[in-house]
Amino acid sequence: MDLNEAQGTIVRLFNDANTQFHKMPGSAIILRYIKSSYQNDPVRSAIELFLFLFAVRYLLAPSYSTQKKKHVELTEEEIDELVDDWTPEPLVAAPAQLQDSENEKRPIIVGPTGPKSKLSNGKTVTNLASYNVYNFVANETLKEKAIQTLRTYGVGPCGPPGFYGTQDVHMKTEADVAAHLGSPACIVYAQSFSTISSVIPSFSKRGDIIVADKAVNFSIRKGIQISRSTVRWFEHNDMEDLEKVLKKVTKEQAKKPLTRRFIITEGLFENVGDVVNLPKLIELKLRYKFRLILDETWSYGVLGRTGRGVTEAQNVDATEVDMIIGSLSGPLCAAGGFCAGTEEVVEHQRISSASYTYSAALPALLATTASETIAMLQEQPDILAGLRENIKSMWAQLDPRSDWIKCTSAVDNPVMLLVLKPETVASKNLSLQDQDQVLQEVVDECVANGVLITRLKSMPAALGAGLRDQGWQPQPALKVCVTSGLTKKETEKAGTVIRHAITKIITRRK
Amino acid sequence: MPTRTINPFATNTPSPSLDAMNEKKDQPRRTSFSKVNKITSLFSGSPKAKNDAAALQAALIAQQRALLNSPSPQQINSSTLSLPTINLTTATGEKTPMEPKTLFQPPSPEEARRIARAHAQFGPIGSQSHRYISEFEGEFAEPIEDEPPYYFLLTTYISYLILIAFGHVRDFFGKRFRRQHYSHLKERDGYAPLNSDFDNFYTRRLKMRINDCFSRPTTGVPGRFITLLDRKSDDGNNTFKFLGTTTETLNMSSYNYLGFAQSEGPCADASELAIRKYGITMASPRSDAGTSDLTVEVEDLIAKFVGKPASMVFSMGFVTNATAFPTLVGKGCLLISDELNHSSIRFGARLSGAMIGMFKHNDMRDLERKLREAISQGQPRTHRPWKKILVAVEGLYSMEGTMCNLPALVELKKKYKFHLFVDEAHSVGAVGAKGRGVCDFFGIDPSEVDILMGTLTKSFGANGGYVAAEKSIIDKLRTQNAAMLFAESPTPPVLMQIASALRIITGDLIPGQGEERLQRLAFNSRYLRLGLKRLGFIVYGHDDSPIIPVMLYNPAKMPAFSHEMLKRKISVVVVGYPATPLVSSRARFCVSAAHTKEDLDRMLAACDQIGDLLQLKFSSGVAGGAEPSDNVYEEKEGLRESKVVKPPRWRLEDVLKRGVEDTKVPLR
Repeated sequence: MDLNEAQGTIVRLFNDANTQFHKMPGSAIILRYIKSSYQNDPVRSAIELFLFLFAVRYLLAPSYSTQKKKHVELTEEEIDELVDDWTPEPLVAAPAQLQDSENEKRPIIVGPTGPKSKLSNGKTVTNLASYNVYNFVANETLKEKAIQTLRTYGVGPCGPPGFYGTQDVHMKTEADVAAHLGSPACIVYAQSFSTISSVIPSFSKRGDIIVADKAVNFSIRKGIQISRSTVRWFEHNDMEDLEKVLKKVTKEQAKKPLTRRFIITEGLFENVGDVVNLPKLIELKLRYKFRLILDETWSYGVLGRTGRGVTEAQNVDATEVDMIIGSLSGPLCAAGGFCAGTEEVVEHQRISSASYTYSAALPALLATTASETIAMLQEQPDILAGLRENIKSMWAQLDPRSDWIKCTSAVDNPVMLLVLKPETVASKNLSLQDQDQVLQEVVDECVANGVLITRLKSMPAALGAGLRDQGWQPQPALKVCVTSGLTKKETEKAGTVIRHAITKIITRRK
Repeated sequence: MPTRTINPFATNTPSPSLDAMNEKKDQPRRTSFSKVNKITSLFSGSPKAKNDAAALQAALIAQQRALLNSPSPQQINSSTLSLPTINLTTATGEKTPMEPKTLFQPPSPEEARRIARAHAQFGPIGSQSHRYISEFEGEFAEPIEDEPPYYFLLTTYISYLILIAFGHVRDFFGKRFRRQHYSHLKERDGYAPLNSDFDNFYTRRLKMRINDCFSRPTTGVPGRFITLLDRKSDDGNNTFKFLGTTTETLNMSSYNYLGFAQSEGPCADASELAIRKYGITMASPRSDAGTSDLTVEVEDLIAKFVGKPASMVFSMGFVTNATAFPTLVGKGCLLISDELNHSSIRFGARLSGAMIGMFKHNDMRDLERKLREAISQGQPRTHRPWKKILVAVEGLYSMEGTMCNLPALVELKKKYKFHLFVDEAHSVGAVGAKGRGVCDFFGIDPSEVDILMGTLTKSFGANGGYVAAEKSIIDKLRTQNAAMLFAESPTPPVLMQIASALRIITGDLIPGQGEERLQRLAFNSRYLRLGLKRLGFIVYGHDDSPIIPVMLYNPAKMPAFSHEMLKRKISVVVVGYPATPLVSSRARFCVSAAHTKEDLDRMLAACDQIGDLLQLKFSSGVAGGAEPSDNVYEEKEGLRESKVVKPPRWRLEDVLKRGVEDTKVPLR
């Protein structure tokens, strides 16, 4: 009964709908159109209708990932349990033994630093550990000028260069450095250590190519890391290997779109102390169309007749180098770093170099001090000659005379890096760590005898990085910074102390 | 009051020579002239009260005008030059030559100049009522972010579209007809361009238009006033020519929160001594021979100040973050960072090699979600548990003026066992009753936070940064931190500036001055913020923050605002994309303890005018600044929601009249 009734209702409804449809104006046309286009085949029309409905549903459905889910679904209780369960590591690991002693032994200077410095233990030592190579720290004229600036500008500029932190003294220092080097423009950063770490990523981006010396310093490495560029290393100061690498890169990249390519190296190497072969480097860079970023942190103010750095010492025009990065904090006894290059290079950094844009500007009194010391180097090249005399005397005391060590630094480099000779290392069977240990003992012995020297610090490895990620490491070395603040005799005497200390420590070791 | 020897020329009227000096100066100085009249007439105690009232009226009008017409500080100071000596003997008319009672003697011209200079760096407090203690009370409330009418958002988008379209049209023709100007964006004899055309577009076509608002060169001390070197450009801001003149402007731009940017006073004296005693630099990295007794002393002072067992100083704030993170976290660790954290934190985070997560700005619920997810899921792919999780936030965000929700963070920390890193670059010295940063402000024990990092550039007027933490952490930093091993050490004058600033804040040096600075900063911040809200501006951030961003939205309003302010001799910072989201361009005011209430009134007057001129008063009233209501209780009972919020559009006079008292109650 019910079934029949229902059937009847449906038929009636269908008929009603049908008549309603036919009553609609134009319905005949639609019906005719559908019938003719589907060749009067109701099955076919039904399939088409189904496909149409499916398409609508598909388009309205929310999108979902076709990849397999990595996420493990957990209930809130399970998560709470996991949270309770989790024990994180302490923020820093327990200190290693060498580190503990390092903290205790770090010299603390009481009063001013200088060729003769007083330590916190009351002892006065000959200071061959600071980069005060021209003894500008003790210069009274510089102090007076700095005080004048302090009395006009205060200490800090209280803002980044982009927001009212650029002072006229900064612009003057920039002009002075540019004029000294002979490059068109220059930008001054607030700290030299971070300068190159920030310059590299502001130009070299992902996909660009960097060819760098294996022995470059820590800040260059960090700059390269931040840039995320493709990096190729060449053997330290080996121009033939560099050419090989450049050739290979050019060949690989021949069919790809042109990207920025850079060669990054140092003038005087922080980790080795030797000097780059700039004329050859320029020749290669021009031949293979790479840009050159030269870190002159350790050579600016030291090499060349007036301290212009490698470019002056090796007779290369500063404009041949695309970017020269230097420091105003070491031999120049001010603070901050700079990057010199074309207008384009400099202006780009003003808005896109992180440690320039997002950091407060250099204190005015340090900027003026840098200007002053640059002027002094230019006006009195004798200062540099005096230093070189002292370096020569120190060399004479150490390199040819000691049986155990040799100096890897260039002859003009006031920062003398003394490494153990390969024979010594082989005969005593010293690992890198042992060498560090031995050299630390030498440093302690020297301090005990009144000469403050220091060790080349190894580059700190990233946390959680395995041995595999270590890469190139410098050979442990003693660092002796010669200064013109000492007389020739005093320098020689200090050299003798160092030599004797080395002999004493190494012969004692079985 | 000290008694001074009688001055036979002392009279009740300005001395003729000084009057002559006044005459030489020009138009706007009339203001100070009438001010002089007012003061003299007040002091002379003349019985003609009517006359006095008229003079007062005139002075008031003149002052009002002066407020709007931006009196340059020299002009204010010239009035002090013509102050009369006030002498009781002449006033009473009695002849007692043995006991002269000089109440007031005008300073000598040199002295006056010195004082004027000092006041240009640090304004004297006008009234003791202009103080407030920066303290957190009640519950942490997210500041309400008001929104402008849709009209402004729409026109902002349209503006950017027009700018971009124009830029492309100019590029299209430029690249064809002025090829030499575009050569640096093209391949040149085998070298790829240093800047890619695409990356450079924004700078070239948008920023360049308003480049004169950025990097304005200055000279002298960035104190209460800052001296700009005037410059102009003939080639669309590509290059600037210096005109050789300077403009002294009210400084609303430097991070000189406590007003320690001074070339005179105890800090500068101490720095001078430091140069004489220690020389200018240590010329060596910290770990070699760059640590002096001064460095150790400053580290102890900082540690004590922020309430941590040990601390370490760096020569640059940026590097503090850039090198601290790699020493704390690495592979297998998770660093969760607020999305608006400073570039240096991102720099350090990227160097560290740790996995980096982000949470929405100040959104504690989002952070908790991220934490639960991270701890329960472990490391990606391997699903091993994280070695440690470090959450990095800033105490006070420099573009938003918001503070981190430290109470909630500490609660979360207890539950989820992460380590907490708070970057107090802007907050140390700037907030808290004792100026010790967000921990002080929220009344939270500093030991609850693992690492307190901060800069010494801002509140202390020096340079550099510090990290304060448990001794074991600092010891580790000292041996492993790259800046310690390779970077130059902080220089003696800078260290001394830090030390003396810290001593002043704690009250060891010149007791009372540090407190005054802190309280003035707190008052000034709240006063200006409340005033701007009442005038109808949309202001972001927490009430106690000395960073006050005022929203401009339309890109063209950035240069317009900056220029109008400069016309009124006020220097402000305008920021737009990419430092902020595309639509919310803003002007940012940094309040300082060196500002006086008059400076802020001048600022409010300028904002009032410019706000009308540029249509900037579009707040809806949800974020405060409401009209005074007679029935305060009614509002407190939660009827506020049901009531229709009226957009606040106070008249300037009312704002100035009610500002001081209303600043001291919770801002509405």
